[in-house]
Amino acid sequence: MRDLRSVATLFWATFVSLCLLGCNPTQVAFQETDAEILSTWGLMRSDGEHLSLSEDVIPYQLNSALFTDYAHKLRTVTLPEGFKATANEDGSINFPVGTIISKTFFYPRSAAQLLKTDDNGAYFDSAIGSQGGLELSRVALIETRLLVHRQNGWVALPYVWNEAQTEATLEITGDAKSLSIKDEVRRYDFTYIVPDKNQCAGCHATNATSREIGPIGPRIHNLNRTYDYQSTAINQLDYWRDIGMLALDTPPEELPAMVNWADASLDVESRARAYLDVNCGHCHNEKGSADTSGLFLDSKTDNQTRLGVCKLPIAAGQGTGGNKFSIVPGKPADSILVYRMKSVDPGAMMPELGRSLAHSEGIGLIEDWVASLPGECD
Amino acid sequence: MRTAITIICLSFLAACSQPESNTDTGDTAVNMQKQIQTQLLNAKPGDVITIPEGRFEMMRGLSLKVDGVTIKGAGMDKTVLDFKNQISGAEGLLVTASDFTIEDLAIEDAKGDALKIMEGKNIIVRRVRTEWTNGPATENGAYGIYPVQTENTLIDGAVAIGASDAGIYVGQSRNVIVRNSRAEYNVAGIEIENTIDADVYDNIATNNTGGVLVFNMPNLSMEGKNTRVFRNQIFANNTPNFAPAGGAVAGVPAGSGISINSNDAIEIFDNDLKDNQTAHIVISSVFSTNYNTRDTATAFDPYPETISIHDNRYEGGGDKPDTEYLPQLKTAAFGEDGSFPNVIWDGFVNKDKVVDGVLKPEYQICIYNEASSEVFNIDAPNQFASPKIGDTEHQCKHAPLPAIELALAD
Repeated sequence: MRDLRSVATLFWATFVSLCLLGCNPTQVAFQETDAEILSTWGLMRSDGEHLSLSEDVIPYQLNSALFTDYAHKLRTVTLPEGFKATANEDGSINFPVGTIISKTFFYPRSAAQLLKTDDNGAYFDSAIGSQGGLELSRVALIETRLLVHRQNGWVALPYVWNEAQTEATLEITGDAKSLSIKDEVRRYDFTYIVPDKNQCAGCHATNATSREIGPIGPRIHNLNRTYDYQSTAINQLDYWRDIGMLALDTPPEELPAMVNWADASLDVESRARAYLDVNCGHCHNEKGSADTSGLFLDSKTDNQTRLGVCKLPIAAGQGTGGNKFSIVPGKPADSILVYRMKSVDPGAMMPELGRSLAHSEGIGLIEDWVASLPGECD
Repeated sequence: MRTAITIICLSFLAACSQPESNTDTGDTAVNMQKQIQTQLLNAKPGDVITIPEGRFEMMRGLSLKVDGVTIKGAGMDKTVLDFKNQISGAEGLLVTASDFTIEDLAIEDAKGDALKIMEGKNIIVRRVRTEWTNGPATENGAYGIYPVQTENTLIDGAVAIGASDAGIYVGQSRNVIVRNSRAEYNVAGIEIENTIDADVYDNIATNNTGGVLVFNMPNLSMEGKNTRVFRNQIFANNTPNFAPAGGAVAGVPAGSGISINSNDAIEIFDNDLKDNQTAHIVISSVFSTNYNTRDTATAFDPYPETISIHDNRYEGGGDKPDTEYLPQLKTAAFGEDGSFPNVIWDGFVNKDKVVDGVLKPEYQICIYNEASSEVFNIDAPNQFASPKIGDTEHQCKHAPLPAIELALAD
């Protein structure tokens, strides 16, 4: 029913009733039109008290995820009925045409005050609706970004939630919201930036030459973890295979799994590399938009210079912070990489998009990692 | 058919819910930002996006991803995109598209680069001004006009002022013409870096730290060669270096007219060089820049070779060199009131290409049809132990480089 490619053959009456089903949170994917409001997609529905996912909208989590100003993220994937995703050798996934991936950005809150915590997946309530959802007295919805796989490629669409938390509207030019988040120590006032459509594509085109956009997070190694579905906790890859969403011959335990950068029980090296991969690697890879810099931070890179060790900047401008090398082993304070993570100046900071605040936990990890590296540059 | 059905279907669905109306502030600047952004986002190949006369405040970086689009203002002093209060985006305008033309407008005070054009073919930047309006300052954005990894690029009649790296910077590109442009008060006025086949002519470069740079950097996708720098006015490029420390241009001595670093096959002719106080032409290897040697890729050629200098006119200059060691060298060799020759060179050569103590002619710095063929070799490889003036070995000629053929420049 979701696949409109066959709709043209339907009779008018059938067609109308099918359309009207969209009034319920039932799956109707409008492959060729950028719906003006989020509810049109039928992925999720909000009555202002609960955000609930539709039946065939599958929530998932990543082992390590991109930092976005301490926003928490509810991720979902929806495949057209009767189609399966397949996995590539490198862990990327081929999602069929008709796939919709959504990412809803929200902040936990206590009354009106938004809270500053790293995304921990704790606010997703599997008891809401058929596929779970969010209790809106506990969170504030900011935006939902969609990646829609159309016949001629993926398209990225940013939707911004209204004050009443009942609907989100397409804002292809993005948005800017003044927010204030708070932890035990202090308050952080900042401008939360909803990216425009091109900025979405800027990160999601991991190959700057083809400029084709696609999902970044849902790759085999980053999905390879358990998820608490309504009834049971089960490995996501097993679940996807069991419900017919993913063709997978190898059991997940035999596949690589990315570490959770926040898991302090793991070694700093692998946590740091996971963090750099998900926060930087989509641009800083040998084909990405940051290949102009010669600095590659994806998990595939093992050449130390490419990774930034004693590497001089190319076009960093004021992003150097007066430092000579991307990474100076043992000296995080002298490393451009750390400087740019700490900066919130649009002309100097990295990533250049997607945050207005510095991620102190991520910075701490990268500092620890740089401090642990042997050697020297001069 | 399918599209029509979808639209009908959508109209049914629209009736299901009450979409929020857009909360437009009514502020004209916000409207113009949104309008331009929307036009760029929805552009189709062949579109001409016209921006009227006026000063328009931009809070966010703009971007274009569609091939075949022209952006046109009413003039570089009439249509101004003002990024002074930019809160997001690392560029003023980022273009990742081919067959792109931008003309007759200004981009001011971008937080990062003003105009970055990446991985496109057939790019025209015509009568565009990029400027940081507070004058030279370290906190200014790095690049004014910045095509990188492009093919077939024309920069014509542009003005670039105040960049903390390079005003006009062409990187990792092929087939480039930069002409009729003016670069002032940048660290590097015009810089051609890791680029193959470039003509730089009929430009004015003045009051920069270095006027025109032709550089090669290690660890990049391509090494540059074949650049012609001719018929330019390159004078008084003596602004103290204000680049943030760490970058390659931070090591460019103030007072450099034309600076060549590690690049090959360069022809410099028919230029007017005047009052560049370090030297009119500075030739060096990556070894003597602040750009280190340690990470130099093994495949990288660090030696500037096959340099041809002829028919230029010089006046003044070389009298007040910048950097720690050059003033001392100048005084020792030429006296307190003396000046460097027109050309100074750090002296690094590839030992495999030296015969009887002299670099083979085909790799030499050749000078002809000039008042002097002197090159001052500062002997940097031996910590300046025996600087000397070379002359006879530089009395040679290389075949002229062919002119760039660029259909879009005709």
